[in-house]
Amino acid sequence: MMSMLGPHAVFIVAAYAIALVVLLGLVAWVLIDRRQLARSLDELQARGITRRSQQGRQP
Amino acid sequence: MLAAPRDGATTSGEPQMALIDLANPTRFLALTQRLLPWLTAATLVVLAAGLYLSATAPDDYQQGATVKIMFLHVPSAWLAMAIWGLMSLAALGTLVWRHPLADVAGKAAVPIGAAFTLICLVTGSLWGRPTWGTYWVWDARLTSVLVLFIMYLAVMTLWRTIDDPSRAARAAAVLTLVGTINLPIIKFSVDWWNTLHQPASVLRAGGPTIDPSLLWPLLVMALAFLLMFITLHLAVMRNEILRRRVRTLSLMKAEAATA
Amino acid sequence: MTALSALMVRDLRLAVRVGGGALIGVLFFLIVVTLIPFAIGPDLNLLARIGPAILWLGALLASLLTLDRLLAADQEDGSLDLLLMGRAPLELAFATKAAAHWLATGLPLVVAAPLLGLLLNLDLPAIGAVMLTLLVGTPALTFIGLIGAALAAALRRGGLLLAVLVLPLTIPVLIFGVASTTAAVMGPVPFGTPFAILCALSLASLVIGPFAAALAIRHGLE
Repeated sequence: MMSMLGPHAVFIVAAYAIALVVLLGLVAWVLIDRRQLARSLDELQARGITRRSQQGRQP
Repeated sequence: MLAAPRDGATTSGEPQMALIDLANPTRFLALTQRLLPWLTAATLVVLAAGLYLSATAPDDYQQGATVKIMFLHVPSAWLAMAIWGLMSLAALGTLVWRHPLADVAGKAAVPIGAAFTLICLVTGSLWGRPTWGTYWVWDARLTSVLVLFIMYLAVMTLWRTIDDPSRAARAAAVLTLVGTINLPIIKFSVDWWNTLHQPASVLRAGGPTIDPSLLWPLLVMALAFLLMFITLHLAVMRNEILRRRVRTLSLMKAEAATA
Repeated sequence: MTALSALMVRDLRLAVRVGGGALIGVLFFLIVVTLIPFAIGPDLNLLARIGPAILWLGALLASLLTLDRLLAADQEDGSLDLLLMGRAPLELAFATKAAAHWLATGLPLVVAAPLLGLLLNLDLPAIGAVMLTLLVGTPALTFIGLIGAALAAALRRGGLLLAVLVLPLTIPVLIFGVASTTAAVMGPVPFGTPFAILCALSLASLVIGPFAAALAIRHGLE
């Protein structure tokens, strides 16, 4: 595969690799952030703190 | 502003697909919850197709295989600029029409836009070294994309510096609109200045001049990048809505503790 | 020593939080480097020749910009008074704060320098030399800046006063930083000579900085 990329293969591979790293980093950030936020929300709701709009449905 | 957003009537199952409903954060969350799996799947499929087409594309008679970098560089450039355009619309939504989710949309777009701009700069640099002999040159187009990258980072910094979301939103909206002036300069810079960067070969008045065997991988990759953006954007918007809820609840908790 | 290590951890945590102290220095560094070609033109040969100097100036100004938050925030919320009254010697506490500040704001500048060097068309030996001299020189910038920060905090003034106080003191560091880099790239002076002086300046500042800062705060707050 590398020989098919010609004499400047390292630049082509580096470009795709860096693009992949940046995009995966972005995805990872979104997923980790989501997990942390969901956990914080669960924690806060477990303590009985609710939003005003939900209070009508709480016992 | 401790008042949490009110739920609309959530008695029945199907939300109407009116634009006004998207203004309701809770409905928005429900909608994205259902859309995101499909969007992710679509993104991966199109991306796979694009990568396959890029790998099997013929070599350019001048540049050889390095033309394959173009399939990353050009779509990321298009996205980098389009995302700033979207942010300007969101900024108008915040300042002029006061749409409730406009600032969320604007804030969510910034890190994604910065990432695409970074990819554009790095891939362009790696493309430039074997093709034109230099990693970087200070010509009009490269410089204005670098300035665009700096503007993205500046808006990100502004968002992180101001605590209150609505104040931060208005400040960021103003900065975004001012930064929009940069976009036409980038687009037409290669017409106005004699530069090392090649002139527009796809989005130009006479139609694309690029060969179809290279054009198709480019367009498919562009579509893949666009789908990537939409998926990530909705996911980040969802996170941002959750973040504001956490903030509201934390403030309420702090208030209850001191009461 | 747990009090000092707690102080170090606290300062590092604060630096990477909201307010963006850690990375805003790098952003400013990038902006300064971008501004130069706008001013002097895009001639790559010229930029390569003065590139090390541009990088040093950019790092110096970026360091200066972030010095504001070294002591001012602590003074505002009273932590400075706590440090003054604490058991750890004030000089050591300040040295710890300056070290944490350098790790959070100075070291990223060193890491960013190679990429910015590419923008300025520097070749690999020049980039290596700039990185090494910045690595040795930026602690000096931070610890000398500590003196200015302490004076500004003691006088309850900020911003430009700090810059005016600090910049003249950093001139020797700048001179020998650039001289070492030039010596490494071009000669004729051997690299070791100015570099040794640069190291000496850094080491001296590690001592003089905290003592002078403690002196300023003790006199200023009484």
